[in-house]
Amino acid sequence: MRTGYRLRQSLWVATSYVLLALTGLFAVFPALWVVLASFRPGTSLFSETLIPVSWTVAHYSELFTQFPFAEWYWNTLKIAVVSTIFGTIFVLLTGYAFSRFRFYGKKNLMSVLFVLGMFPSFMSLFAVYILLLNMDLLNKHSALILVYTAGAALGYLVVKGYYDTIPKSLEEAARLDGASHWGVFFRIFLPLSRPMIVLLSVTSFAGAFNDYIFAQVVLRSTEKQTLAVGLFNMVSGNFATQFTIFAAGCVLVALPITAVFLVFQRFLVEGLTAGADKG
Amino acid sequence: MSEVNTSSIPTLSPVADGVPHARNAALLSVVAAGLGQLYNRQFGKGVLLLAMYAIGLFFVITRLGHAIWGLTTLGEQKQQLKLVGKVYQPVAGDHSIFLMVQGLIVLFVAMLLVLLYAAAIRDAYRTGKLREQGNQPNRFADTIRYVNDKWFPYMIVSPPLLFVLFFTVLPIVFSILIAFTDYSSPNHLPPANLVNWVGLTNFLDLFQLSAWAKTFYGVFTWTMTWAVLSTVTTFFGGFGIALLVQQKFIRFKSFWRTLYMLPFAIPSFVSLLIMRNFFNTQFGPVNQYLRWFGIEGPEWLADPFWAKVTVLIVNFWLGFPISMLLIMGILTTIPREQYEAAEVDGASPIQRFRMITFPGVMYSLAPILIGTFAGNVNNFGVIFLLTGGNPTNSEYQFAGETDLLITWLYKLSITNGKYNFASVISIIIFVIIAGLSIWNFRRTKAFKEEETYR
Repeated sequence: MRTGYRLRQSLWVATSYVLLALTGLFAVFPALWVVLASFRPGTSLFSETLIPVSWTVAHYSELFTQFPFAEWYWNTLKIAVVSTIFGTIFVLLTGYAFSRFRFYGKKNLMSVLFVLGMFPSFMSLFAVYILLLNMDLLNKHSALILVYTAGAALGYLVVKGYYDTIPKSLEEAARLDGASHWGVFFRIFLPLSRPMIVLLSVTSFAGAFNDYIFAQVVLRSTEKQTLAVGLFNMVSGNFATQFTIFAAGCVLVALPITAVFLVFQRFLVEGLTAGADKG
Repeated sequence: MSEVNTSSIPTLSPVADGVPHARNAALLSVVAAGLGQLYNRQFGKGVLLLAMYAIGLFFVITRLGHAIWGLTTLGEQKQQLKLVGKVYQPVAGDHSIFLMVQGLIVLFVAMLLVLLYAAAIRDAYRTGKLREQGNQPNRFADTIRYVNDKWFPYMIVSPPLLFVLFFTVLPIVFSILIAFTDYSSPNHLPPANLVNWVGLTNFLDLFQLSAWAKTFYGVFTWTMTWAVLSTVTTFFGGFGIALLVQQKFIRFKSFWRTLYMLPFAIPSFVSLLIMRNFFNTQFGPVNQYLRWFGIEGPEWLADPFWAKVTVLIVNFWLGFPISMLLIMGILTTIPREQYEAAEVDGASPIQRFRMITFPGVMYSLAPILIGTFAGNVNNFGVIFLLTGGNPTNSEYQFAGETDLLITWLYKLSITNGKYNFASVISIIIFVIIAGLSIWNFRRTKAFKEEETYR
């Protein structure tokens, strides 16, 4: 009886590890495949072997000679960083106001903002396009920054949920010391918001980084484009002839973002579950 | 804007002078915002209000008439050919869509101006009242301090709200209005032609014209199927993997977790474009490996059925890490004593899961699940970047087999210029999403705690 239990137990341990390994393979394989493909000579998608027979870094240099890849990279970083900074400030302040103050119209405002956030952003694409046209902002990076920042406040709910968990007593202590609303925000809330700030800035950075639709509509000239638009055009055209260059591009794009995500994963989980903890 | 800090003690001139300051100030403010404040000897504020009022009024008065004309008629003059010298040249007519958007902008600014105007009158009246009672009106510096204190929440939410107003609300109003026009290619496309108001015609057409109705029901059914399946698969997949990793005997937990984070960490547009090649029927690795086992793989992205399976698989790959992470976070919050007590009572692992783990996770995660479902209804990226809605369905109007409502919307508007139908569909999407979200939102703690919290 007891040995039967032992056997079953160790069988289950083995099965668990096999399942873990298979899941790992499933999760990693597409990425691995692209990384290896980027070092393969030639340009085609098809390859007899997974691991290249001979290795080359030529595709990485072709990326910079045949495409304005450096410009794309710079454009994307610029847009993503600036809109992340402004967007994060907006959403933190909005969350603070909704969490710590009572004011006329607050509940309705919260509902309305929440529902507006549910609108698929590109539904408004055309009207935004005309707005930008009227403001003479087409084919300018500031247009994208404006659009990404403008929507940020709609994500206030996570921040509010998080701030609601910060005890009132902390705030009262600061107020007794004569702190103003700004003082309370900067001295109490901001330092405690670290997981939130990481979550918000990483997700909004990734959002700006990933956006294809707005970038494609707003930015017209090739050298103004962002990575998403550039890479998409690379494969949506005649991809069979440029696949390995595309793969090299993917690696260079994914590397920094992936690194940031993995480094900050602890904060991301904290931020997500803090916002999620409601019943 | 009421002026006096109620906590401060009234200063100086305790004697009222008997002049009806409130009435005078309010009347002056009715003439022009800011005058009442000047009358109340609040010069900084008065000048500021007056300047804002003047600029706003100039903007609105010079444009309001044209804006209303534009919104109601949507333009009267088509683009025409005129004989210039010896050749006919097109002469620009009214651009209906520009008229509409510009009209909306003017109306929105006018609304803000009315709010400012009303606030200024109210403020002048209140300050006047205080003067009648013999109080000294606040000085400019006091006003700033006061606003920083009592009006703080309004002050910090108004810049974001202003952006939301112009970049979210205005475009939404615009797209709703489009549903009631005939704005579509090829016959009603500015600048060559005018757009007209047509009432409910588009809504009726969508449900009555058989080709449109068929597309709508087809795409709608798939959208819902997709939303349910993609939510359920990622949730239970992530749940299973989380349980697997959190078992006591598993070593290197953080290694496994990091490994599974990878699909979440890679920018999604990159992974989707990669997947597009990964599932290539002829040259992609998936079919290549299947061939090693002697299986001729299906046309992953070209066959109507397999294309749907593929988008679900890829979505699972993209989505399971996040639900795994969330569930891992929640699992650690379930008190260990519950499990110990259950074990003492002789509950089997399956019973323990059913009675403790699952309800615990669901309790925390239900709102997020509904949010995910709503997000999946609108999951533009996966479909657009992976299949582009293909394979095409010849019975559909501008839609393919894997098209969701949202990608159909894109094809209708951006690709094919059927803006009016796109707009009707966006209203339908909105009703679905908004209904779900509001119901969900009103149940969340962040919304409900309100009264108990303070």
